[in-house]
Amino acid sequence: MTEATSILNLDGVCVSFDGFRALNDLSLQVDRGEMRAIIGPNGAGKTTMMDVITGKTRPDEGTVFFDGRHDLRRLDEAAIASLGIGRKFQKPTVFENLTVADNVLLALAGERGVFANLFSSRPRTAGDDIDRHLAVARLLPQRERLAGELSHGQKQWLEIAMLLAQDPKLLLVDEPVAGMTDAETEQTADLLCEIAAAHSVVVVEHDMEFVRRLGVKVTVLHEGHVLAEGSLDHVSSNERVIDVYLGR
Amino acid sequence: MITARLLSGRMTAWDGVFLLLLLVLAMVVPLLNLVPGQDSSFHISAYMVSVLGKYLCYALLALAIDLVWGYCGILSLGHGAFFGLGGYAMGMHLMRNIDGRGVYGHPVLPDFMVFLNWEELPWYWYGFDQFGFALLMVLLVPGALAFVLGYFAFRSRVTGVYLSIVTQAMTFALMLAFFQNDLGFGGSDGLTDFRDLFGISLTSDGMRSGLFAASAIILGLAYLGCRLIVSSKLGRVLVGVRDAESRLRFLGYRAERFKLAVWTFSAMLAGLAGALYVPQVGIINPGEFAPAKSIEAVIWVAVGGRGYLVGGPIGAVVVNAFKTFFTGNFADYWLFFLGGLFVFVTLFLPQGIFGWLRERFGSGGETRS
Repeated sequence: MTEATSILNLDGVCVSFDGFRALNDLSLQVDRGEMRAIIGPNGAGKTTMMDVITGKTRPDEGTVFFDGRHDLRRLDEAAIASLGIGRKFQKPTVFENLTVADNVLLALAGERGVFANLFSSRPRTAGDDIDRHLAVARLLPQRERLAGELSHGQKQWLEIAMLLAQDPKLLLVDEPVAGMTDAETEQTADLLCEIAAAHSVVVVEHDMEFVRRLGVKVTVLHEGHVLAEGSLDHVSSNERVIDVYLGR
Repeated sequence: MITARLLSGRMTAWDGVFLLLLLVLAMVVPLLNLVPGQDSSFHISAYMVSVLGKYLCYALLALAIDLVWGYCGILSLGHGAFFGLGGYAMGMHLMRNIDGRGVYGHPVLPDFMVFLNWEELPWYWYGFDQFGFALLMVLLVPGALAFVLGYFAFRSRVTGVYLSIVTQAMTFALMLAFFQNDLGFGGSDGLTDFRDLFGISLTSDGMRSGLFAASAIILGLAYLGCRLIVSSKLGRVLVGVRDAESRLRFLGYRAERFKLAVWTFSAMLAGLAGALYVPQVGIINPGEFAPAKSIEAVIWVAVGGRGYLVGGPIGAVVVNAFKTFFTGNFADYWLFFLGGLFVFVTLFLPQGIFGWLRERFGSGGETRS
């Protein structure tokens, strides 16, 4: 039984939008504690796959199981988030009119009900947790600034800090280094490796240098289907991958 | 504990000024009406007391709108519906208080029902002879309508301009319904010819002053309630709903529940405003449901400054003070002026009057969210 060790299990997933097959019989397993990189050309179905896992899109066919027992097809976004799946979007999405600390506060594991939130202000103990996550994301000096004032790279890190605050079992990270400088990209790779020590992570990324730096198992998507899987060197020597993606 | 929290730095200096001003008004205006003689230059006429009281009711309506618009991103173009329903609930109580002293002298039925040859009181008029029951309905009827509408709209993720249109349609539908004589609320004439409340004549100085003071105090309490909401963690969640709703869902919050709770609370505040308004102006008719009324209320908030809480009340009072002046002197030009004011504020004071005040005199201790 693979379910026992895998945290995420997609089997035969198909999704169509108006006749276009975004995902075509996609099967993928991510092991507990693993970090997996997903690469593929534009339109390969990477973001749709994220949408299926987080409940934004329902698959037409196939099964999606989390932790071997939760059927994600039956749950909405909030319920899936509460199970322990965190997502970082391709375009950094933070709450621009709240401070950096308040962004992390909202993400912190805790009450999600209306009335519970009415009667909890910023709890004293939360301050330490917020600082801890901000320190990991190298954002401590920006604590009280409005998130909207941060640079693009800092917003990406803030999202990662928010993911950490959610304390998810599985992190889905969509193009974390898009638009980052080389130095920021390097720091982000280190940051993700730090995080992967304690979490299962799925990273979608275009940047080959970055994927090489992560040094993890790679899955290549093409037209909504898994084309190849293995180490980066292994998949880059695959004929079909070279044809459709690397183009060399 | 909650008050302690509010006082411990969550309120800004501006909040303090606003609440203090309401408290002073609640005491001074009635005093100046009741104590100095008619000829004294300090005397405030009973008419003026009611006009000021009316402004405070509008201020409460504007506060309710700013809570959902400024903090939750829900642009309601139908808050007049909740205001009107609260007003009708209070009007029904005042009608029952006429108690056989109507033109037709019927012991139970209001005049308009006698006029329509109705034999007995419709069932939904039962209970309104009790003030407590009427007060409950003032809150529950707008609250229930908001809850049902919000439940379906937010669950189906109807947002933005579509939601605004739904709210506009809601108030328009209510207006058409209340124009019907058969509905049992007096048709186009509405409810009027009220006599007294708690056995005291509505036209007496004491009652007018009392209603004014009640309006000021209730506005103050509602303001504190709203401030409590927006300064709690819930308030930050609401700003999250406003700015990035789907992001919030992926953090595990059911955004629709937060919207529904605040939306319903806001509708109840609007109902309360309507209930305070009716005894002070002496009439409630389907005109209150006119879409233009709801839109005007949104303009008050935009003029005063959206997203600060205090901006709505400021805008309501300023715009209505101008309205009183214009309709008394140059009635034909009022709508031109209102349009001009809206354009002026949009161009030169994009944060509204209060936003400009803050920029000039400081934020008073807290950042806007």
